[in-house]
Amino acid sequence: MKEEKKYYNSLNHNVENINKANEFDEKLPLEAMMENADTLSASSTTRRDFLKFLGFSSVAATLASCEAPVVKSIPYLNKPEEITPGNPVFYASSYFSENVFGSLLVKTREGRPILLNSSHNPLYGGGVNARCQASVLSLYDSNRLKKPLKNSSETSWNVIDREIVQKLKNSTKKVVLLTPTIISPSTQSLIDLFKSKYSNFNVVVYDTISKNAILSANYKSFGKRFIPTYRFDKSDFIVSFGADFLSEWLDPAHARQYTLNRKPENGKMSRHYQFESLLTVTGANADKRVPIKLSDQPKYILRLYDFLLDLANKKSIKTSKTQHDDIIRDVANELWLNKGKSLIISGSDMIEMQVVINAINQLLGNYEKTISTTIHSNVYSSVDDDIINLTSDMNNNNVDVVMFLNTNPVYTLSDSDSFKNALSKVSTKISFSDSLDETSALCDYVCPDTNYLESWGDLNPYTGFYVLQQPTISPLFDSRQVQDSLLKWMGRDDIYYDYLRNYCKNNISTNWNKILHDGYHSNKSNNNSLKYIFKDKIDNNILSKSSDIELQLYLKSSIGTGTHANNPWLQELPDPISKVTWDNYLTISPAQARDLDLKNWHVSNGALDGDMVNITVGKKTIKCPIYIQPGQAYGVLGLAFGYGRTEVGKSGQNVGVNAFSFYNNFSNAQTENIIIEKVPGVHEFACTQNSHTMMGRNIVKETNLANYLKDPKSGNKQFLLHSHKGNVKPSELSLWEEHERDVHFWNMSIDLNACTGCGACVVACHAENNVPVVGKEEVRKNRDMHWLRIDRYYSSDMTKEIAKKEGVGAVEMYKKMEEPSDSESLEVVFQPVMCQHCNHAPCETVCPVAATTHSREGLNHMTYNRCIGTRYCMNNCPYKVRRFNWFNYSDNTQFDYHMNDDLGKMVLNPDVTVRSRGVMEKCTMCIQNIQKSKLDAKKERRKIKDGEIACACEKACDTGAITFGDAMDKNSRVSVEKKNPRSYYLIEELNTQPSVFYKTKVRNKKV
Amino acid sequence: MKHEASIREPLIIGNKSLHDISEDIAKPIETSANKWWWSLFLLSALAMLWGFGCIFYTIGTGIGVWGLNNTIGWAWDITNFVWWVGIGHAGTLISAVLLLFRQKWRLSINRSSEAMTIFAVVQAGLFPLIHMGRLWVGYWVFPLPNQYGSLWVNFNSPLLWDVFAISTYFSVSLVFWYMGLIPDFALIRDRAIKPLAKKVYTILSFGWSGTAKHWQRHEVMSLVLAGLATPLVLSVHSIVSMDFATSVIPGWHTTIFPPYFVAGAIFSGFAMVQTLLLVMRKVVNMESYITIQHIEMMNIIIMVTGSIVGIAYITELFIAWYSGVEYEQYAFLNRATGPYWWAYWAMMTCNVISPQLMWFKKLRRNIVFTFILSIFVNIGMWFERFVIIVTSLHRDFLPSSWSMFSPTFVDIGIFIGTIGFFMVLFLLYSRTFPVIAQAELKTILKSSGDNYKKK
Repeated sequence: MKEEKKYYNSLNHNVENINKANEFDEKLPLEAMMENADTLSASSTTRRDFLKFLGFSSVAATLASCEAPVVKSIPYLNKPEEITPGNPVFYASSYFSENVFGSLLVKTREGRPILLNSSHNPLYGGGVNARCQASVLSLYDSNRLKKPLKNSSETSWNVIDREIVQKLKNSTKKVVLLTPTIISPSTQSLIDLFKSKYSNFNVVVYDTISKNAILSANYKSFGKRFIPTYRFDKSDFIVSFGADFLSEWLDPAHARQYTLNRKPENGKMSRHYQFESLLTVTGANADKRVPIKLSDQPKYILRLYDFLLDLANKKSIKTSKTQHDDIIRDVANELWLNKGKSLIISGSDMIEMQVVINAINQLLGNYEKTISTTIHSNVYSSVDDDIINLTSDMNNNNVDVVMFLNTNPVYTLSDSDSFKNALSKVSTKISFSDSLDETSALCDYVCPDTNYLESWGDLNPYTGFYVLQQPTISPLFDSRQVQDSLLKWMGRDDIYYDYLRNYCKNNISTNWNKILHDGYHSNKSNNNSLKYIFKDKIDNNILSKSSDIELQLYLKSSIGTGTHANNPWLQELPDPISKVTWDNYLTISPAQARDLDLKNWHVSNGALDGDMVNITVGKKTIKCPIYIQPGQAYGVLGLAFGYGRTEVGKSGQNVGVNAFSFYNNFSNAQTENIIIEKVPGVHEFACTQNSHTMMGRNIVKETNLANYLKDPKSGNKQFLLHSHKGNVKPSELSLWEEHERDVHFWNMSIDLNACTGCGACVVACHAENNVPVVGKEEVRKNRDMHWLRIDRYYSSDMTKEIAKKEGVGAVEMYKKMEEPSDSESLEVVFQPVMCQHCNHAPCETVCPVAATTHSREGLNHMTYNRCIGTRYCMNNCPYKVRRFNWFNYSDNTQFDYHMNDDLGKMVLNPDVTVRSRGVMEKCTMCIQNIQKSKLDAKKERRKIKDGEIACACEKACDTGAITFGDAMDKNSRVSVEKKNPRSYYLIEELNTQPSVFYKTKVRNKKV
Repeated sequence: MKHEASIREPLIIGNKSLHDISEDIAKPIETSANKWWWSLFLLSALAMLWGFGCIFYTIGTGIGVWGLNNTIGWAWDITNFVWWVGIGHAGTLISAVLLLFRQKWRLSINRSSEAMTIFAVVQAGLFPLIHMGRLWVGYWVFPLPNQYGSLWVNFNSPLLWDVFAISTYFSVSLVFWYMGLIPDFALIRDRAIKPLAKKVYTILSFGWSGTAKHWQRHEVMSLVLAGLATPLVLSVHSIVSMDFATSVIPGWHTTIFPPYFVAGAIFSGFAMVQTLLLVMRKVVNMESYITIQHIEMMNIIIMVTGSIVGIAYITELFIAWYSGVEYEQYAFLNRATGPYWWAYWAMMTCNVISPQLMWFKKLRRNIVFTFILSIFVNIGMWFERFVIIVTSLHRDFLPSSWSMFSPTFVDIGIFIGTIGFFMVLFLLYSRTFPVIAQAELKTILKSSGDNYKKK
């Protein structure tokens, strides 16, 4: 300070005099605080300077406290040899959840699994459904347990181990492990060891969805409880009674087989009849679909058997006439013609019915031809009574310890209240669940299992096939693989990995590395074919009781049994048929809805609302919305499993209602004591598609096989424009100059005949391209962000031809065309639509800032950081495939899904930008993969090989509906497809010249 | 001096002298406002603030706060934009085109209609800005040199043409308007007593001294600007219409749009002039200058342009049928009979049927009827844009993407806000600017004033 000032307390006191000596108890450590404390008083800092400093430092502090990007990347201290940042590493692994097996190739980036590709299912090929695709996100679920729990509070493994071992040792009554079917041979042997250690240890197998009927029927027919494997590819005639085999029946890999024999280019296709109550994906793909009541199913099957017996000149059984005897007669005749090349299956949960199905297949000589009794599918094995017995055991205090592995009976049992009661009588309850679910919330100990992507394992899904599961990331949390827990509790010191290797070495093969690399090992089946031993008379009185209203419980390809209900990708995946997201609902046929005065209607922004009903089955009542489903049989209601979870995490909590409470007697067909009544209330649906017919437009082109064989261009009439040059293709009348093509020309072919509409591609696209989840409210506003959507169209009773014939006016005609057909002959088509990468793109010309431009390689680019968000491109896109970021979808608490938490963000693909709000986005044809392959090829001084680049959707497509490649390469698959007479461009009349083209759908209807 | 036939009705009535004109026009500026003005002003200001609130909310949160969706990327935003631009057409037409055609009746209304034009274009200009997803990089629509090499705007995009068209129109209109205002500001300046007013009007009048040289230059300048502005009257709305006409969407992709939009713009512009002037002439006592004769003239223009618009609607329907294009046919059937039929028929009633009533002389000289009709036309023209934008987009090629639009409170708030903003500007104008071009009006007093005509 410049000058010493004098301060006064009062006139008499000079402050300096008073306190110079003892103002502070101790001397202030000025020397330590400032470098030159002595010279401080001599310094020339004035009050003004002080204010300047103050001003500067407060501004500086303010600025410094402004948000600066926090970079959370941690460089490798020692770089692992196999990892090069920026390059993906792939591992063969496998998936087994909800009794669904999938063979995987896991893509990891910098040690994080980010995408699951289908690897070779050793038996079927393919077989990776939407839930399996999405399971990579479940790995990064923030709801997973970070530590083991004891009485709902976190504890350590030491405590857990000490106490549980004590409990096991002290236990005198039964120790039970409740698990779904275990297909891991090493785990099975581990359990056997555990049994030998603890003699009171029991395993109770409980599959959430029971396949007891098939298992037991095969026991009756062949003397062994097993599930056969099917060969849809070798079947020329397929009849399914309510089995949704393309999606949710036994094995998702059936779809691939099915399409193998559905290629019209081969000159023949299988013919597929579907008798079903609800409209399923399988029914939508059938050549002939007949909606029937659930209780009529036995009648139809018996009738068919009767007709076949007649054809076989065998003693007929007495059956009653059905409503569709003509169709059944046709089916019988065709089956008879296709003996040994046909397949008849049923989704029924009645053992007697499955026995008849077996008898029919036996009569037709299908065993060992289209149905194998030598190669079994091991994925289902439970006996319905086991879990019931367990409940009574627990009730009778016969159980000391119960352990839950991958199972959630409190949620999935129809009588969960009595199970809960029984459970409360068990002194020690242990769950291996990796997150808190309805069951583990009631357990004393939760010993979180690792995610399958963090675990070692082996699987034996089919007879003779041994598959390995290898971890692709170290456990994210303090969780421990179940097998390790069991080893520990047996008092062993080894770890499961060693155990597994030993098991593999001793029992399977010594070449561990080869199995690990290939993902599987197969040895010739040792099973002999089983002999058909069923001799009893088929009982024709097995008809189930019919009632006015019946309920079919079904699985959605998105949510399944609800295990993955907290996965936002799956919640937002539209149901293939209804296109509803984030919900389950009671489906009802249009005619019955009219009779019961139940309605669905659209509100002013186009979203769908529906009436609420109370549905009562037996003594239980659930209030749920109704969804009017064209094609559904009159008298049958449908309700999907997997919803109504009450303990699952932020995304799936309380979405929909729990259909398991109606799963009485483990039967998906409930035909007795069902009451439905309208109650006040309105439900808001979130649908991705609100208009359901093609309005007489040539959008999905379709033909019949017979016509196709006569003329491969049938159903695919070239659109011609009248011009001064005569009738010409739209492409011959162009305003624009052609783009130069010199290196590549990326094209995509989509075979509408192979697409089953399952939706696995949609999930894969989400995973590959960091597509955000927007939630129910936004989907309802028609703001879903799917880059790839699957359009589903119903046929209508009105066509232009009918209108012409009947003299119906245009207004009336279009009004009627909007209505899906109300008749039994309703047909359904699917069409995946993504950015068509038009070569004369309407979007490109209108962007004022050139943010969307054309590449030399035929792609329509979208430059996010140039986009100013005018949405003109979106308006001018005739395919409406552009998606706008209406809000910030990442790091926004309004959109609290995986992109709002650090863990969930680990699934993001580092090659793809996370878009900010206000910019447009759309399919890029996975340009990051194209770029990678181009660079790889360049480094290796070679050309890109056909098939080297695959878009995420293509890789996810089991049935091979999507083919991507370079049309400049004359031999590429896509070039060949382009010349296929079935190929056409969507809305060709606009001459947008898309790089994506479709191939007509061909059904094999009876002519 | 021009001679005018005696059978023509006088354009200035009430036995006015040159001094009376000065007095009458300066009066609103020199007196203070009554409570009606204040209450209207407060109401408008409130609406404006509410609108600004909605705009800030949009910019802060995202375009998602509007009712738009994947199918309907534009709705009220661009409807309002085109509506306001259309309204902004009358002013320039009156002052430039009617100047070139030597229509002297324009002189009592050109000032206010030009003011309306400018204020309307201000509202219109707001929408292209706030409808952008990323307003903060909105300046990229200008061809600015940048460090990215060849990164340039896309001259193929009609939206870019809009940027140039609107900004040119706005600047030319503003200059034209201001040129006319200079002698009138000088009058106010010379009469001003309060020092602040004196100072402000001195600055505004640019040192106008009323010398012959000043007048000569002023006349030449007016003529040149009129020549420049005339093509703009046609170009602006033609270019706005090309936002739609050059697209591929059925209902947008129509070659008739440029003339149809221009006619519609003049139609709506005159309607808005009527709405405003009918109130203003009463409030600030301008009945002597804005006479029934003026109102009738404007009504005739409304009738003619309304008929052109009607023919355009019918032509569209005919061409849709005649083209044989399925999508086109459906688009127009859907307009008339689809879920938005009410918007279509509101448009048809207001724009096609109602102006035909102007064939009756009694009606077109009736002030109350004219006022109601002008409101009808304003509503009808808003619906025209809504019909074109939303009903075309909501059902285009693939039915899977068909959707509907429902405005949110933000959509509505912003629209009301722009009306408030517009009214605030106009109300301020009416008390601070000479609302009639008195200097020019005085030139016709001796040929068209009733007292002179009688002689």
